[in-house]
Amino acid sequence: MFLTISTTGTPERPATDLGFLLHKHPERAQAFPTSHGIAHVLYPEATAERCTAALLLEVDPVALVRRGKGKGRGGAPDAALAQYVNDRPYAASSLLAVALAQVFKTALHGACRALPERAAAPLPLRIEVPVLPARGGAELVRELFGPLGWTTVDVAPVALDAQFPEWGDSRYVSLVLEGGGLRLADALNQLYVLLPVLDDAKHYWVAPDEVEKLLRAGEGWLASHPRRELITTRYLARRRSLAREASERLELVRLAEAEGLDVEDVDNAVDEARDTEERPVPLAVHRREAILSALRSAGAARVLDLGCGQGQLVQELLKDVRFTRIVGVDVSVRALTVAARRLRLERMGERQASRVELVQGSLTYTDKRLGGYDAAVLSEVIEHLDLPRLPALEYAVFGSARPRTVVVTTPNVEYNARWDSLPAGHVRHHDHRFEWSRAEFRKWAAEVAERYGYAVEFTPVGPDDPEVGAPTQMGVFTRTGTDTDTDTDTDTDTHTNTDTGTDTATATATEDEKKKEDRA
Amino acid sequence: MSDPTTVAGTTEERRVLPVTDLSLVVLVGATGSGKSSFARRHFKPTEVVSSDFCRGLVADDENDQSASKDAFDVLHYIVGKRLAAGRLTVVDATNVQREARRQLVQLAREHDVLPIAIVLDPPESVCRERNALRADRAGMPDHVVPRHRRELHRGLRGLEREGFRKVHVLRSVAETEAAEVRLERRFNDLRHLTGPFDVIGDIHGCRSELETLLGRLGYVDGAHPEGRTAVFVGDLVDRGPDSPGVLRRVMGMVEAGNALCVPGNHENKLGRWLKGRKVQLTHGLAETVEQLEREPEEFRTRVREFIDGLVSHYVLDGGKLVVCHAGLPEKYHGRTSGRVRSHALYGDTTGETDAFGLPVRYPWAEEYRGRATVVYGHTPVPTTSWINNTICLDTGAVFGGRMTALRWPERELVDVPAERVWYEPARPLSSDVPGGHQGRPLDLADVHGRRTVETRHLGNVAVREENAAAALEVMSRFAVDPRLLAYLPPTMAPTPTAKAEGFLEHPVEAFAQYRSDGVERVVCEEKHMGSRAVALVCRDADAARERFGVDGPTGALHTRTGRPFFDDGAATEQVLARLRTAIGAAGLWEELDTAWLLLDGELMPWSLKSGGLLRHQYAAVGAASGAVFPAAVGAVEAAVARGVEGLGGLLAAQRDRAADAAAFTEAYRRYCWPTEGLDGVRFAPFQLLAGRGRSLAGVPHDVQLGWLDRLVEHDPTGLLQVTRRIVVDTGDEASVRAGTDWWLELTGAGGEGMVVKPLAALVEDGAGRPVQPGVKVRGREYLRIVYGPEYTRPENLARLRQRSLGHKRSLALREYALGLEGLERMAAGEPLWRVHEAVFAVLALESEPVDPRL
Repeated sequence: MFLTISTTGTPERPATDLGFLLHKHPERAQAFPTSHGIAHVLYPEATAERCTAALLLEVDPVALVRRGKGKGRGGAPDAALAQYVNDRPYAASSLLAVALAQVFKTALHGACRALPERAAAPLPLRIEVPVLPARGGAELVRELFGPLGWTTVDVAPVALDAQFPEWGDSRYVSLVLEGGGLRLADALNQLYVLLPVLDDAKHYWVAPDEVEKLLRAGEGWLASHPRRELITTRYLARRRSLAREASERLELVRLAEAEGLDVEDVDNAVDEARDTEERPVPLAVHRREAILSALRSAGAARVLDLGCGQGQLVQELLKDVRFTRIVGVDVSVRALTVAARRLRLERMGERQASRVELVQGSLTYTDKRLGGYDAAVLSEVIEHLDLPRLPALEYAVFGSARPRTVVVTTPNVEYNARWDSLPAGHVRHHDHRFEWSRAEFRKWAAEVAERYGYAVEFTPVGPDDPEVGAPTQMGVFTRTGTDTDTDTDTDTDTHTNTDTGTDTATATATEDEKKKEDRA
Repeated sequence: MSDPTTVAGTTEERRVLPVTDLSLVVLVGATGSGKSSFARRHFKPTEVVSSDFCRGLVADDENDQSASKDAFDVLHYIVGKRLAAGRLTVVDATNVQREARRQLVQLAREHDVLPIAIVLDPPESVCRERNALRADRAGMPDHVVPRHRRELHRGLRGLEREGFRKVHVLRSVAETEAAEVRLERRFNDLRHLTGPFDVIGDIHGCRSELETLLGRLGYVDGAHPEGRTAVFVGDLVDRGPDSPGVLRRVMGMVEAGNALCVPGNHENKLGRWLKGRKVQLTHGLAETVEQLEREPEEFRTRVREFIDGLVSHYVLDGGKLVVCHAGLPEKYHGRTSGRVRSHALYGDTTGETDAFGLPVRYPWAEEYRGRATVVYGHTPVPTTSWINNTICLDTGAVFGGRMTALRWPERELVDVPAERVWYEPARPLSSDVPGGHQGRPLDLADVHGRRTVETRHLGNVAVREENAAAALEVMSRFAVDPRLLAYLPPTMAPTPTAKAEGFLEHPVEAFAQYRSDGVERVVCEEKHMGSRAVALVCRDADAARERFGVDGPTGALHTRTGRPFFDDGAATEQVLARLRTAIGAAGLWEELDTAWLLLDGELMPWSLKSGGLLRHQYAAVGAASGAVFPAAVGAVEAAVARGVEGLGGLLAAQRDRAADAAAFTEAYRRYCWPTEGLDGVRFAPFQLLAGRGRSLAGVPHDVQLGWLDRLVEHDPTGLLQVTRRIVVDTGDEASVRAGTDWWLELTGAGGEGMVVKPLAALVEDGAGRPVQPGVKVRGREYLRIVYGPEYTRPENLARLRQRSLGHKRSLALREYALGLEGLERMAAGEPLWRVHEAVFAVLALESEPVDPRL
């Protein structure tokens, strides 16, 4: 909430001209109300040689929180505003950028009635932002300001807490920019765009006219900026649809708070970065093909996708009419909402819609709704469960739901050595509670099959490396027992059923039977 | 319909029409035959569902025949709902067509109740006259009544064959007038018998063991001096050495009114043999036949009649106890149908066959959620165990196991060993009754969707669907095994907001609140600042296996949302081991007569569990403020120094803010320190929640703290930390002042604050509702972490004081009642799903919207 702009001068071109350029008199302290507090402009120094203007935004923290709450906790556009204790009163965020644009509006446009030629000419400038939140760190700050004509881009990290050096650096840096080749308006426009970009958050919703604002402020520098894409994406990132999602998980936000955890620790079932529709990951495609092929050869028509996530497999299943009933089950309500949106369930025709259903469920509980299906798919699911909880899933799927076919896929940890991007010893997804070698998976699968009366066959999915195998391993379980239509009247003795105990040959109830019925 | 023309002073004798008290009564008769008046006279208005009424519902016209199909859909739907709920239902429609009756018979079958037909068949003239008297039927074509009667007479003789179990035909107005409906109890409904009972498991001809068991139970020659009633679950015969002897004893007791008996599948088969049917003499029937052939003919006749008269299951003791041979799901309790009988005798199968080609038994007990206790036999097991309020008493006496009885309502098991192996089992006894371990697995229907949980201290507590959905996600993905998750700590309300200057919370209000609740003595306990942790400590792995059914862990250590406190199971076991040592050394295992204890406490430091949050949120705020103020204050100072006017206020404000920010950083730092393994980790227990057979949540806090002090004393490792406390008399000014000073000193030295609790723990107010089990009074500095660095500034405090505590206090009470409920259910040995239901509800309520700063 604080930054300074300094310039140097000579008796002929005094530094105090900065006052004219900013339209703020160096000898007066001025205050401007903004929507989040009072913006003060004052000059700590103002001589012909050196002049510094300071912009100090006095944020009202209580009002800030109330405002954030008005939009719904967790539903505020800037996640930080949803927190009662937040850095907004201290860090240079979009609040400061907005105040800057408001207070220095004319300067931002490069206009100056008093000294038009100075406003149009480069100025020796020094900008100091003591606390700049920078997602992406010092490196990104240099990348963003580096190409913009500054001679010095000095970025120093701010430690989290001097008393706990092991906690490392905070996400703030202290920034000093120096250069003589930029106009004041250029510098202000850069700050206006890049402060919120580095913070990667905005305190207000991005409205459609935001694109125009960006183009105007970015005139002359944004188009040719090597990180243009990042700047535009972050600047325009906060859309209303995201807000809707945020409000969908309010209950989870509260549970995370109760625990003293970040909400991302609890609500990580939806991983936007791994959304395979936006960025096809070949392995995910291989996996779906392998699963579909297994389901087809099993002759399955009624299929459960257990842990359906964002519904990619459900979408594939829908394309094949032989799958007459497809039920996607997931424990994450948010994932199901994303899946419903992906499948356009609301706009789907009645006939098609009757083939598919998405329900919240949990595989650590038995669920009667899951009975009577031909096949169940557990694709990349088991590894998201703590090992001691796995028997509950085994019982719920193989013991209780008991479809004829169960397809299970899980990562092959041996293959991790082949991922260049994966540091040794790391799992592929931060929520993976375990990753198995081929031997471990086979041992588990064989035991489950034995216990619940299934036979299991294994198929590698993805490129099959001679040494470490394929990245994904798949087990297809087939129930071995036979189905019999048991007549409940038959004499099922403790051990065998050899005696057909129906007394009656006709459909008519005999006196004897009637009596028995009365004596039920 | 108008009243039938009555014959005054009728000479017709009263005619009694028996009707089973739970049945579907189908009235049959032409239009105008008097069905509606008959129904009105003999049944409650709500018991009668009429087709005319349903026509009106769907078409605004009771006589609109074109609406009949929809009207009958509605009628069948209502009838189905009533029968499912176990209510006697009367259908008032012509029902003269066979197809119409067929649908109703099927409906009765679907709900396992008996269909009963009452036919009204007065002369045609009577029907005509009545219809003529009704304006809405005046235009009815002449052929309708004769057609109805024709159809009726065509089907009259076949009604029993259609499935009606009782058929009453009333052929005249007089007969109808003289009829009297009498409700009869079902054979299986013995709710009026309250015992006490001794339920005895499978006997299989083991006469000698039976006599020994009856002796152990206190029976003398088949009668109990205290008037207890024996209840046999069936399978008296086959395989064993003396089936006739067993039959003689049991039949004698039943005939004398000292026993009840339900049939087993073996009696059923023997009964068929006795009737001369062709049955295979397998599974020990050959032995019985041989033994019976040595008996006189009269005895065999007596046995045949005895078996013939057996009722497949009994509902006893006000509906609290159900006894049958092979187990019975709740929907069949007290119902009458062939399939109920078949279930009761043979149990259910999955439709699959196992490796031996034998049908696989359906694990009905796992799914059982009924209120009634079901006691059964049929499946021999090595040891009995309760599953979801059901118990199998067949402990394989004939195979050399034991013969077992259950005393009711005491729920005590009494058994005697077999004298020898009388019969070799075809295969080893299964290690479990169908259903496996106690209460496992839980079913989604136990927790999902909108629910109401009944609590003994606060009545019904509702859980909303969206809260249950969030809890399901957290419970499924992160929580420890539900068998080890007996309790989640309830949220706690803060004290009413302070009036004292500079404070948001202050002890004075807490004391005053309890005083107005009628609580005289309260205990103030130091509030530790770490992370809430619940510890379940078992004496050893065997105790954990026996009580909680888990293999391996000796307990659990979890957070307030049920997560394992440590990712590493070994770390958990280390903490449990230290607790175990302290409990042992303090002598609490013996004193509380338990092999496990559940403790509630706080695990420190805060940075241990919440390191991520600390760094991302609290330390970040500290870092940002710490870095910005020197620059900002410096700039204002420089401007002031060079004479810029009007900055005095701003400079002072910036200096204040800088000081507040520094205080904030100091505040969170107090609760952070480095740990290495368990070094530096501390656990402050503040309540023993439960041990074997007993919830300790109602034990007064002075007793509790006495136990806990002993624990701390006997912990040589430094893990356990004492909780400082002071007792305050809320009515005594000096005592209140002492409590306030104590708090000021505590928080002045950096303490988080204190919790004020009624000393007697579980206290009710005048209206019989529990008072708040505790309120927190947090320190002025600590609250900076909660409300922000600058909350103490007067303009901020003024706004923050407008906080509303109502919802938080209500939430705290509801969660408290649920917590107590779970503990008491566990103590009473109730099924896991009942305990989990309460625990899950606490988690669900935690996701209700409430200001998290409270």
